[in-house]
Amino acid sequence: MNTLTLWFHKFGSPPTFHRVTGLLIPWLFAAALLIGLVGLYGGLVLAPADYQQSDAYRIIFIHVPCAWMGLFAYIFMAVNAFIALVWRIKISEILAMASAPVGAWFTAITLATGAIWGKPMWGTWWTWDARLTSELVLLFLFLGVIGLYNAIEDRRQAARAAAFLGLVGIVNVPIVHFSVSWWNTLHQGTTVRLLGPSRIDSSMLWPLLLLALATHIWFFASVFARSRVSLLELEGGKEWARAIALGTEHGHE
Amino acid sequence: MNDFLAMGGYGAYVWSSYAIFALALLIDYITPRLRNRRVIAELRGRMKRQQRRQEKSA
Amino acid sequence: MRYGTTASACAAVIRRDLLLTWRRRGDALNPALFAIMVVVMFPLALGPEPNQLANVSVGIVFVAVLLAGLLALDNLFRGDHEDGTLEQVVLSPHPLSLLLGSKILVHWLSTALPLIVISPALAEMLHLPRSVMPVLIVALILATLLLSLLGAVCVALTIGMRRSGMLLALLVLPLYVPVLIFAAGACNAAQMGLPFLAPLLWLGAALALALVLAPLACAAALRISIT
Repeated sequence: MNTLTLWFHKFGSPPTFHRVTGLLIPWLFAAALLIGLVGLYGGLVLAPADYQQSDAYRIIFIHVPCAWMGLFAYIFMAVNAFIALVWRIKISEILAMASAPVGAWFTAITLATGAIWGKPMWGTWWTWDARLTSELVLLFLFLGVIGLYNAIEDRRQAARAAAFLGLVGIVNVPIVHFSVSWWNTLHQGTTVRLLGPSRIDSSMLWPLLLLALATHIWFFASVFARSRVSLLELEGGKEWARAIALGTEHGHE
Repeated sequence: MNDFLAMGGYGAYVWSSYAIFALALLIDYITPRLRNRRVIAELRGRMKRQQRRQEKSA
Repeated sequence: MRYGTTASACAAVIRRDLLLTWRRRGDALNPALFAIMVVVMFPLALGPEPNQLANVSVGIVFVAVLLAGLLALDNLFRGDHEDGTLEQVVLSPHPLSLLLGSKILVHWLSTALPLIVISPALAEMLHLPRSVMPVLIVALILATLLLSLLGAVCVALTIGMRRSGMLLALLVLPLYVPVLIFAAGACNAAQMGLPFLAPLLWLGAALALALVLAPLACAAALRISIT
């Protein structure tokens, strides 16, 4: 066995995963917070106001990274779902299910901040724009996966059923986007074009990229934190889980 | 400072979106922690019950 | 022990399901009645103005048909799961996807076909222009077939649950979005005198894909649910 697969097997074993992520999580959260704060300082204080949108454009620094994260979370979930269904790796099942709520949160933030941004810029909280509608459908897909996972009694069967739904959903995402843009052009009278700077200045770009990095790190920290708990719950009968529950081995708690 | 909070008249919009962002991430941070505590308490309870049963049978 | 051919197994499934439907033929009318009730509610809520109703008629008909189909979907595997037939189907040596495809076909015939038959009446109640009617029927045939195929995959995932109604809606409706957009879009385009062929062709292409993939996905989902 080469070193990579060896590493994968080791990391994939529940006790090791639980221990390694326990060590990683505080650092990941701290890094996300620190990078995020630097990015926010750059975005809110250093970057100049936009000549068209004045200071309202500053919502972009959270809106766009969260929108990227919503998609990233879905792709991460689908990749893990695929691995879970094909090779039946327990960790992948758990990672896929842990990324659904985090992705749902990021998508919800995207929708909420988008609505708040839309009010002063377009004069309305909501418009049936192609991007908004696809984002809403993405949120529904996340909620469907979470709902199915919570509805089935047997945890592993629930994870595999929800993972399957996630895979069906990812086929759906581009189709939804395509169909919604087609539908939107049919009703062109009511379309409001997405404003925003077409050419973004570097003083605005670097805070945006820093915040995107921070949200990515946050995503992994949160997914790992959720996965650890699910793993502990799933493996409750095993020796290592009992040792942790008794406090002979300390987690990050 | 007041200028900064006013955000060129868009203060209410900008700060409310940042508040939502912070609040959502805070909830996202807290929920697994609370669940972890619950799961560990449950595990401990189960182990205690098991032990008591074994003592009774012994 | 010798097994029959796959074709004869599918034929047996179709014959059995059709017979079951025939024995409980009153139930087959329920989706149609439900759709009529939904459509009746709209003029009561919106007002009887014919022009106003005509503007939204396509949307109402499609949403009514979609909701009726959603309610009927829950029964696709329920009876067979409760009496154990479904497990026998899963265990049979024939390709599960083909057997499930036959079941989906019968389900479509017994629930969606009555809806399509009454759809001209629904459209007439909402003052949809006559000229749109053929497009509506074609779009409905394509859309209901797609809805049955996509819905079957989701039903297979929720099979073990006692009450799956609300959850099923949450799983299925995001998948229905593109179908609804293209089907209703074709009719709306026809109503406005615009070319309507492209969305219908897209639906047809999607149907060709779903006919092949959905039974396979449905079989995989069922294998996950029944273990």
